[in-house]
Amino acid sequence: ERELEKEKKREKKRKRKKERGEGETERQRDTQDRQRQRNRERRKNARMSLRALVGVKRVIHYAAKIRVKPDKTGVITDNVKMAMNPFDEIAVEEAVRMKEKGLVSEVVALSVGPKASQEVLRTALAMGADKGVHILHDGELEPLTVAKLLKTYMEEEKFDLVVLGKQAIDDDANQTGQILAGLGKWPMATFASEITVEDGGLSVVREVDDGLETVKLPLPAIVTADLRLNEPRFATLPNIMKARKKPITELSPEKLGVDPNPRLVVHGVEEPPVRQAGEIVEDVDTLIQATKAKGAL
Amino acid sequence: ALAQAGLSETQAEFRAAAEDFARGELAPHAARWDADKVFPTDVLRHAAELGFGGIYCGEDYGGIGLGRKDAAVIFEALAWGDVGLTAYLTIHNMNCAVVDRFGSEEQKQEWLPRLTSMELLTSYCLTEPGSGSDAASLSTVAKRDGSDWVLSGEKAFISGGGVADVYVVMARTGGPGPKGISCFLVEKGSPGLSFGKQERKMGWNCQPTAAVVLDGVRVPEKNLVGGEGNGFSIAMAGLDGGRINIATCSVGGAQFALDTAFEYVQSRKQFGKAIANFQNTQFKLADMQTGLQASRVMVHAAAEAIDAKLPSATAQAAMAKRFATDTCSDVANAALQLHGGYGYLQEYPVERVVRDLRVHSILEGTNEVMRLIVNREMTRGNV
Repeated sequence: ERELEKEKKREKKRKRKKERGEGETERQRDTQDRQRQRNRERRKNARMSLRALVGVKRVIHYAAKIRVKPDKTGVITDNVKMAMNPFDEIAVEEAVRMKEKGLVSEVVALSVGPKASQEVLRTALAMGADKGVHILHDGELEPLTVAKLLKTYMEEEKFDLVVLGKQAIDDDANQTGQILAGLGKWPMATFASEITVEDGGLSVVREVDDGLETVKLPLPAIVTADLRLNEPRFATLPNIMKARKKPITELSPEKLGVDPNPRLVVHGVEEPPVRQAGEIVEDVDTLIQATKAKGAL
Repeated sequence: ALAQAGLSETQAEFRAAAEDFARGELAPHAARWDADKVFPTDVLRHAAELGFGGIYCGEDYGGIGLGRKDAAVIFEALAWGDVGLTAYLTIHNMNCAVVDRFGSEEQKQEWLPRLTSMELLTSYCLTEPGSGSDAASLSTVAKRDGSDWVLSGEKAFISGGGVADVYVVMARTGGPGPKGISCFLVEKGSPGLSFGKQERKMGWNCQPTAAVVLDGVRVPEKNLVGGEGNGFSIAMAGLDGGRINIATCSVGGAQFALDTAFEYVQSRKQFGKAIANFQNTQFKLADMQTGLQASRVMVHAAAEAIDAKLPSATAQAAMAKRFATDTCSDVANAALQLHGGYGYLQEYPVERVVRDLRVHSILEGTNEVMRLIVNREMTRGNV
């Protein structure tokens, strides 16, 4: 209604201008309309400017060879190539894109882990995050601990949106986002393949077994990123250098009042069993018999 | 892990970025580019967007202002993905550096932004049918005509020939010998500039290579780089860095060959076990790794020497080039042998690396010329 009022006033103004002999061309009018449209968008987006927290984890590089430790307590990470969890890259990319569209005013990347976790924070900064936060912890971590740390930091710094990768490729837990939402009683949308900011909240398309599901959430909200949400950008050399000047805040679980000791005990880690030789059979009947004999049917 | 040893934090990040690009954008297409002889200019421009187009050019005109050691680390990672395309990228970087180091402010302003972004691709034109190792005897002439120079002659084996937009041409403006040579920027489309057929090569098939023919090509005075008579020193200054680059491409390619062979021997079984268990295989792989690491260390040391402007830099670059190119070709060849019959098939990537690396012992100064340089530097007391 306000726009209609304004347009009526503009029409009157144009009429008066024409009467005075100072017309404006069709083209001028189009340009002005387009400019007005752009300003409207920008003002609307600025009102929506959200602050986003993105969790990033340092994991073994997806292409590196995994070897189990001789004592079977875990996998070897010494001298193994490490990288940012691929789903976290997607999360960072999404947050940075939202910032580029003017929907998010600040992207903060957070990582929990040993000193070396700062490497993945630097990668996030090179991709466009504004600040990094490193919560130093050298021991074992589990989703519950990380979720508690994220909850505390999120509440302290009043973020509107937390974007996490749906799962880490080392433990494949797929829990941190869900636990975080549960702890804070926040709405969540997991396995996101599309995120839209609308009506003061989010509309998220989720990839589920039945297909695609769209959910609407008010803010603050937790979203976990799935593979098809976007394709992360490569860090450019200039951005890597600029990222070195961006700040990384160092914290600890103690400072955030969270007990980082794990509640879970890992009893052992083993290689998957060696693939057994197969058997070629004559026909389908024999196949059914053989499968039944092995107890698989 | 050794590839990352001795790198600063920033260099490690650069390396990781280059590795991601090589793995994601180069390696998946390398076989096709080689087989179909495709010159993927779109991928080159993508690389330039990430900053790989003007790595050691000043930041004023689109370069990144990094050193030769940084560049060596980056190129080694890229060459792991595709040797031939990375080699072209290094030649282009060398040309950008020529303009950046020896060009006037006007020339830098006019050319560098478009070169570092790879909006314009470049070629380096020194070699001629009659002058390879004896580069100073080149016979392409540039005659003054009013405010222009008129160039006539022929250049051979030019990487990017026929496709590149700007040709960095060394031509004779004065008397015989090195002091009579000057450096010109010649634009594609200039009347009188034509190209020979695309050469059919053993490797580097993703790069076009052709003769560049200059028949009375008119070049304005403003395209003369570094002043009359300085062409040869410009060419030689460019080549010190160029030698590190070619050597580092050899290291990257050989690393890929070694990685591939290492994988292969774990799964190939003969005589009841994986061939990785035979002592010959183990010794062979150990020798390959040793040669590769020695090459890498020499290249890094030479790059650091250039960055520090040490008097030994030229000798180190020549030694590193001579050693790394030969050793890494041996590594690739050994990797092929470890693959047995499969190594000979184009379905397996190792034979392409062998073919690509072979020319590294020949261009940017033959390994024979490298030996002359090392001995000369020994005589001068620079080692």
